[in-house]
Amino acid sequence: MRAAIGEELGDGLRKRATHVGSIVWPVDVASALADLTEISSQVEAAVVVDAEGAVLASTIAEEPGTERLAVAGLALLEAATSRFGTSVRTVLQLEAALREGSIFVAREGGLAIVARTSAAPSSGLVLYDLRTCLRAAAEAEQKKPKPRSRRAKKTETADA
Amino acid sequence: MRKLLGLAMLVGGPLYLRRRREAGRERVQLHFDDGSSVTLADDAPDAQPLLALARRAL
Repeated sequence: MRAAIGEELGDGLRKRATHVGSIVWPVDVASALADLTEISSQVEAAVVVDAEGAVLASTIAEEPGTERLAVAGLALLEAATSRFGTSVRTVLQLEAALREGSIFVAREGGLAIVARTSAAPSSGLVLYDLRTCLRAAAEAEQKKPKPRSRRAKKTETADA
Repeated sequence: MRKLLGLAMLVGGPLYLRRRREAGRERVQLHFDDGSSVTLADDAPDAQPLLALARRAL
């Protein structure tokens, strides 16, 4: 005798549900970074930081390496902005090309990404990939559920 | 045909060599939110502190 339809398709349905979930829910910052390193072979390492400079995700396993890349990248962006930025224009992205490799920094939507590449990369392509990653990360951060504020509840109670 | 090839090498050769030399040089390229951009060659005084910071990240 064959199994009931629910049992027979149980595994398949569960797999399908997981797949649908990955499409419906936005990717998280780490997934956006993983996609970046998969798409862009020139990117050796990358770190996403928020507006306060806190690391949200990194492709580097060791913390000192992550910190070094994030701190140096943000310092680079800050130095460039203070020297060349004006009230009218601000530095959105930059590339520092060295003989050993390049450092890219881009910012958008309150997030910034710092990436290290091999020497003489295709700058336009790398910057495009970084911006795509940042957009996905910013979207994920916006849609992330936030903890409920208790203050609003207290005010409501006080009003009642 | 031979003359045309010679002319192409005469014009294209120096351009290619110049591009290769430029690609090997260290530089900083800044892109602004208004669409403008600035490129600082390694001999520009403003480029040195930025390149030093980048070197720290590598």
